[in-house]
Amino acid sequence: MNDNVMEVFRAEAAELLSDLESALLGLETAPNDKTVVGTVFRCLHTIKGSSAMVGCNEIASFAHELENTFELVRREIVPVGRRLIDLTLSSVDLIRAMLDGAGSPAIERKAEEIVLALGALNSPSASGEGAVESALPAGAVCVDDQRNNSYSSETGPGDQIAGGRTLPDIPTEKAPRVESGTSYGSDSDVEKRLSTYRIFFRPNPEIFSRGGSPALLLSELRGLGECNVTACIDDIPDLDGMDPELCYTSWDVILTTSADINSVRDVFIFVEDDSQVKIDVVDEQGPDDQPRRRLGEVLVERGDLTPEQVAEVLGKQKRIGELLIEEGLVSPGKVQAALMEQQHIDKIRVRHGEPPAASVRVPAAKLDSLVDLVGELVTVQASLGQLASSSKIPELRSIAEHVERLTSELRDNTMNMRALPIGTTFSKFKRLVRDLCGELNKEIELVTEGAETELDKTVIERLNDPLVHLIRNCVDHGIETPDARLAAGKTVQGTVRLSAVHSGAHVLIQIVDDGAGLDTDAIRAKAVEKGLIAADAELSEKEIFSLIFSPGFSTARQVTSVSGRGVGMDVVKSSVEALRGSIEISSRKGIGTTITLKLPLTLAIIDGLLVKVGDGHFVLPLSIVEECVELTRDDIARSHGRRLTIVRKEIVPYIRLRERFQINGNSPDVEQIVVTGSNGSRVGFAVDKVIGEHQTVIKNMGKMYRNVQTISGATILGDGTVALIVDVPKLVEGVELQEFARA
Amino acid sequence: MSKVVMTVDDSASVRQMINFTLKNAGFQVVEAVDGRDALSKLRQTSVHMMITDLNMPNMDGIELIRSVRGQSSAHRFIPIIMLTTESQPSKKEEGKSAGATGWIVKPFKPEQLIAVIKKVLG
Repeated sequence: MNDNVMEVFRAEAAELLSDLESALLGLETAPNDKTVVGTVFRCLHTIKGSSAMVGCNEIASFAHELENTFELVRREIVPVGRRLIDLTLSSVDLIRAMLDGAGSPAIERKAEEIVLALGALNSPSASGEGAVESALPAGAVCVDDQRNNSYSSETGPGDQIAGGRTLPDIPTEKAPRVESGTSYGSDSDVEKRLSTYRIFFRPNPEIFSRGGSPALLLSELRGLGECNVTACIDDIPDLDGMDPELCYTSWDVILTTSADINSVRDVFIFVEDDSQVKIDVVDEQGPDDQPRRRLGEVLVERGDLTPEQVAEVLGKQKRIGELLIEEGLVSPGKVQAALMEQQHIDKIRVRHGEPPAASVRVPAAKLDSLVDLVGELVTVQASLGQLASSSKIPELRSIAEHVERLTSELRDNTMNMRALPIGTTFSKFKRLVRDLCGELNKEIELVTEGAETELDKTVIERLNDPLVHLIRNCVDHGIETPDARLAAGKTVQGTVRLSAVHSGAHVLIQIVDDGAGLDTDAIRAKAVEKGLIAADAELSEKEIFSLIFSPGFSTARQVTSVSGRGVGMDVVKSSVEALRGSIEISSRKGIGTTITLKLPLTLAIIDGLLVKVGDGHFVLPLSIVEECVELTRDDIARSHGRRLTIVRKEIVPYIRLRERFQINGNSPDVEQIVVTGSNGSRVGFAVDKVIGEHQTVIKNMGKMYRNVQTISGATILGDGTVALIVDVPKLVEGVELQEFARA
Repeated sequence: MSKVVMTVDDSASVRQMINFTLKNAGFQVVEAVDGRDALSKLRQTSVHMMITDLNMPNMDGIELIRSVRGQSSAHRFIPIIMLTTESQPSKKEEGKSAGATGWIVKPFKPEQLIAVIKKVLG
């Protein structure tokens, strides 16, 4: 726990103690005032809670004893008396002493004395009520026992949970299981044996109104191992009789996992009391001598059928599942669940006998041609879909839908083959930074974020060299020497943060250091010296920073072995641009520098939203589309000529594509705004009509149009017409510049 | 966009500890000092989940949970985690019947808090 938290705790505790003191004095004059007793109790409770939170176990366990006593006072079992108030007041002083410096034997002895005295107050003879003991919750009276527990817990101050302090909770609580559940790996003596569980889960119908989510629980189960889920929807009533806020579904889950049954049960910890949860072990992994289990057997074992019923039905020799449903013995849902269980176990057993999946090396060229083919296929599929939807043959439609589903799966799989997490590159840099630090006598930590961000394999490979250059620059020029850092009031250890994140149709890679920052004057002087700019040139800060990317530029006063020959940055810039990316620098002197690489996901196919303006079709990348809203003439009139609309209480500016691309004709009465979000801001695009989702094969624009900024490519629609793909960030940027110029 | 979690506790150090832990895990945090404060803040902002103490002045956690789960509340379906140090299981039961989604026993470690949040928030 950091010092800051400790400080807040001390201040808070001091305040609570003085509240407590005045409440106690108030109690002396009005011993029967229940609100004052309540205040005392709450103060003690908060002191206990927060001291335990910051690790002051001594105070926590002491406050716990006091709280117990006042719990009895609150319930009018122990009367308020002079002795009680005396004892509590001296406890307040004692807690103050503990706050100043815990752990002295004198304090401990004093604490024990007070606890004993309190115990005497609590005991039946003192309060004069013989029946008190049985009326108390277990553990609240037996102060001596409890004290032993709580004090022994202090020998392990690191482990706040296992302490006996919360002992009264434990026998009745299941909560500690959640806590143990968070650290699965610790049971190292448990063998990694796979077991298969059958889990039946019927949540309390009111689970939603308690903020619970069956879907989350099921996905938590999926996280434990191989999992098959069947939803039993037999109980869902007709639409008329249905309350949409209730949950009518139950689930059958078959889970094969190395986790033990308690970890599985932990998933349901918050709901098990009021939901029906049944967990059975159905198959322990062992020698494969067991015969395959038949559906009838499975149903019998699940308690859904008796063996006699099975035997009777089997005599008729039809498929047993159908028969059972016909006979009305089990619902279709139950049969479905049982079949799923059977298949699951078969699969696990078969796999058990197989060698692990091997990987195959494939030349990249083959993958590339596969991607091209898939692109062609997607285009053809689009025309098939269009033909099918205009034809009157229903069979053709269903075939076309199948083809569409398969194509998009094929597309995703193909793209996936080429994508790699960027983390492999990141890990290399840790070593690089470590080695450089040794060479330069600096202390630098490299923090990486977003290592799981996936990028096309070729992009990752070609990104390696530029990133090495940039990180070297950071370490060498960016981060100061330890002495200089100390003098500037920074920590000795510098930090370089390398992060990758998806941003719309791009991946942003940022390298952030907390070093000296760029010195604009030095850059300027250097540029003048090298003859890159005229001595009297007027440049903005951004323009000065971009000088760094000029060939033959280096600001380091000394050329070191690491960097400083000025060959880095211009090469970096050109290789990033070769990947159709861009690079930007921002910096504040004394605080640090941020370099941002923006790379397009060079996927040849994206999911797009097809829209229509006049006769023209446009595609907006679906990844940045948030929602579509209507824009009526009234809305336009109401906003007094400003291009703003209100979406969910938030003002969103919009751009009219019709104006932007100068399309003739009139817009319809009701236009559509496609709201997009990228880089944290939302911008809408007003279009005539939203047609729908479209698998977009990106084709480059011809030579003549290469330089068009607002269009990133084109695609061919099913009927052969061309739709332009809008480069949303560039378009927004362009409009922003125009607005600034006007303002 | 990062999810917003409201933490309701009359103890500043508990709030700070929760705030610190959640911010590190990438959540946005809204703090409230008691049930009444929480309800008035909920009218102005929208949160994805709530972590509340039970014993608080002005309005305690039980009443807060009941109000949030009320018919007219905009937040009636959010997960609510209650913090318990109570010696009696009755308090926990009371919280559950008021509509709490789950609970965590004080004192807890940051990673336990995060695990419970992941569990109810996904």
